[in-house]
Amino acid sequence: MNEQYPALLVVVPLLSALAISVAGWVNKRLCFPIAVAALGVSAWSSVGLLFRVLNEGAIVYKLGGWLPPMGIAYYIDYLNGLVLPVVSIVALLNLISSKKIVEQQFPDKAGPFYTLYVLMVTGLLGIVVTGDAFNLYVLLEIASLTGYGLLAMGEERAPLATLNYLYMGTIGACFYLLGIGYLYIVTGSLNMVDIARLLPPLYQSKAVLAAFIICMVGVWLKMAFFPLHAWLPNAYTYANSASSGLIAPLMTKVMVYVMIRLILTVFTPAFVFSTLAVSHYIVWLACIAIVIGAVLALKERNLKKMLTYIVVAEVGYMVGGAWLGNRAGLTGAVLHIVNDALMTLCVFLVVGNIVYKVKGYAFADLKGLFSKMPFTMGAFVIGALSIIGVPPTCGFFSKWYLILGAIQAHQYGFMVALLFSSLINVVLFFRVFEIGFYEPFSDHEGHEHHPAVMAEAPLTMLVPLYVVAISLILVGLYTGDIVNHIVQFVIPKGFM
Amino acid sequence: MTDLISTVVAKYNYWIYITLMMIGLYAMIAKNNLVKKIVGMNIFQTAIILFYVSIGVKKGGTIPILEHAHGHEHHVVHAVDYINPLPHVLMLTAIVVGVATLGVALALAIRIYNNYNTLEEDEILTQVREK
Repeated sequence: MNEQYPALLVVVPLLSALAISVAGWVNKRLCFPIAVAALGVSAWSSVGLLFRVLNEGAIVYKLGGWLPPMGIAYYIDYLNGLVLPVVSIVALLNLISSKKIVEQQFPDKAGPFYTLYVLMVTGLLGIVVTGDAFNLYVLLEIASLTGYGLLAMGEERAPLATLNYLYMGTIGACFYLLGIGYLYIVTGSLNMVDIARLLPPLYQSKAVLAAFIICMVGVWLKMAFFPLHAWLPNAYTYANSASSGLIAPLMTKVMVYVMIRLILTVFTPAFVFSTLAVSHYIVWLACIAIVIGAVLALKERNLKKMLTYIVVAEVGYMVGGAWLGNRAGLTGAVLHIVNDALMTLCVFLVVGNIVYKVKGYAFADLKGLFSKMPFTMGAFVIGALSIIGVPPTCGFFSKWYLILGAIQAHQYGFMVALLFSSLINVVLFFRVFEIGFYEPFSDHEGHEHHPAVMAEAPLTMLVPLYVVAISLILVGLYTGDIVNHIVQFVIPKGFM
Repeated sequence: MTDLISTVVAKYNYWIYITLMMIGLYAMIAKNNLVKKIVGMNIFQTAIILFYVSIGVKKGGTIPILEHAHGHEHHVVHAVDYINPLPHVLMLTAIVVGVATLGVALALAIRIYNNYNTLEEDEILTQVREK
């Protein structure tokens, strides 16, 4: 059974998506349990895979018994062994939380919603697990297309924002495909390990250089790396909170994973950091991304949109960390994929709870929320402290590694940008706390209630939220173990 | 000048795909009508499909099907005689992806039309700002 974990991980949600769409015709109440069961199997398999990787090292799974490089192989090493459980567990927790949102906002569309949701998770898990560059493109498009569908289920402006995302996302995926085409021309292979084996004599080739640049631009478009971030804030803001709770934590993080995978496995660090001398400029671009993301977040008077700009800034953290080109920076970037997925999920679940109860997420809607929804706001405080980077929450530790990497690489600009963004985050979140804590609650007719009556979100929304909030602290406390047992082995030997 | 022409002619498939790609990109950036933008996006995707198809072609190569393979004698198969089928097979998938993307984009355009009663981007944006 546990031999088949890599296949179960992807095949079970894929087939369940079909089952859910059929169940949607028969009885809508069947959809949710099937989705939970499917993602439960995925989460179980991904955790099982992580333990197998810890015991045995990297695993190669040949789909259908076809040998690579002809067949498609799934490679699970320490990097995706770590990312897989994060993706599947974040998706599962948000799914449980989304039940009430779906019942409240679009009960008649439960079938399509859960189908798209499970298909999107299939795509994301497939991107992370696959060892084939073209397979990655197909799964990327599966995740993106379902993502467009999910994001468009929202407010009046959601379809327009999603269409803009669709243009940019399609250009991004096409660029990735084009880059893989160039790699195929020079190596004749699509298997990542095989490409890495064939590439070294070709490092001086212009085609490899073009492939690398085109792939990177495509991936940056998909992850909303500044200045290619313009599609993200509106698309995530106007979507319903069940969809944004899945896509905001995972899509950008999975694309950062793809970037690190391309750097480490396909093009190898020797090419990226030694043959090309561009890492300096990309770290500066990341600094600008962080600063601009923070400043634009400061401008917003709307909680959800503010959080989307924080996502843009966090992408800058991870890209910058990966491109520092040293052990500490890369450790910070990989760790931040995990931490940022959890932090973003935490704050977006909070937004989901607030929208469920208050029907709005502008700053004016947050008045008196600490007395109205004390548990939700309590979790929000933990999530916010983690994004700011206060120990012992996990956000502190990844930021610590990133700053350490910046100092070792003499990239002081990146260090300043990280500290600046932390300070801005303090302002951003304490402004929200102030509104929620001191300003009296008022309903939409303008009547002020004081003290406000407690009206907390239902338990199915609070339990996932608290699981995430506590995991933020636990991941923080066990950072040392995660780094020593997993992240350390992600980074190739001989990397400073 | 003759050098330039000969390099262009020698690699004409790349020039065609880049030209098509830029036409698509231009439509996506400069056109005001949402459907025209979507068509531009489709041209962009098709350019990459053509690029892949063109890299599988070999001069004098034929379709990769063995003739008389079930006969009594064994034929030696020369890879040079056959075009490379792999990029073409990959593009079957990419075509499906392209069609699906086009479908989703047009469905979104219908939703937008229902909301704003227009597909001109500037008119939609004025309506968005007025609200």
